Amino acid sequence: MIETRDLLFRALADPTRRALFERLCEAGEQSVGALTAPSGISQPAVSKHLAVLRQAGLVAGRHAGRQSYYRAQPAALAPLVDWTGRMTRFWEARFDDLDDVLKRMDQ
Amino acid sequence: MTDGAATRTVIVEREFAHPPEKVWRALTRPELVAEWLMAGDVAPTLGHRFAFGADWGHVDCEVIEVEPERTLAYSWDGKGLESVVTWTLTPTAAGTRLRMEQTGFQPDQKFAYHGAKAGWPRFLGALDDLLARID
Repeated sequence: MIETRDLLFRALADPTRRALFERLCEAGEQSVGALTAPSGISQPAVSKHLAVLRQAGLVAGRHAGRQSYYRAQPAALAPLVDWTGRMTRFWEARFDDLDDVLKRMDQ
Repeated sequence: MTDGAATRTVIVEREFAHPPEKVWRALTRPELVAEWLMAGDVAPTLGHRFAFGADWGHVDCEVIEVEPERTLAYSWDGKGLESVVTWTLTPTAAGTRLRMEQTGFQPDQKFAYHGAKAGWPRFLGALDDLLARID
């Protein structure tokens, strides 16, 4: 699980990759060519970024003829979205243990 | 539990039937802290650096705010997380209200995540909207 999050964080730490991912979320499936045009970088560079996003599970690709198409897999973001939920559960449990310690300190 | 686009914040608050002086000890003495949080050389000294260790890993901490029996704050940097944990003690009729606030992913370079800096908070802020639209 930690490794999954690391891959996600690394994939999204780059602004170009974030922009590509957000574009796919908003515009739906796109060809690499269509993604390249507004990105301001070369098609091989776009392909490299897409490979990193794919490794993190954030996008899925398919080939059709000579083109590759990519679509967003937003469910992969769940480990990030749920950060506050997980940390809240962690601290709630620590508070329970703290209560026990405070009671023992009286004795 | 989140306070919007700039940061992500977790707040846990509880009232304990014990005076602030005692809760403060439980927060600042390593042998007591180890019993409910994690093992580490914590001390209520500004600038003090230490690490909390657990079987799953460790977090690096530096004390950044101390007001005895009132406030204790330290950075809380672990794998995949850079944040600040602030403890606030408020005396009540029954004992002490203890508030833990953990804030991470701040736009400040000091709290930047893997060098992502200002892009992160904007992105995380947009995330909820994005997910809502997709669902």
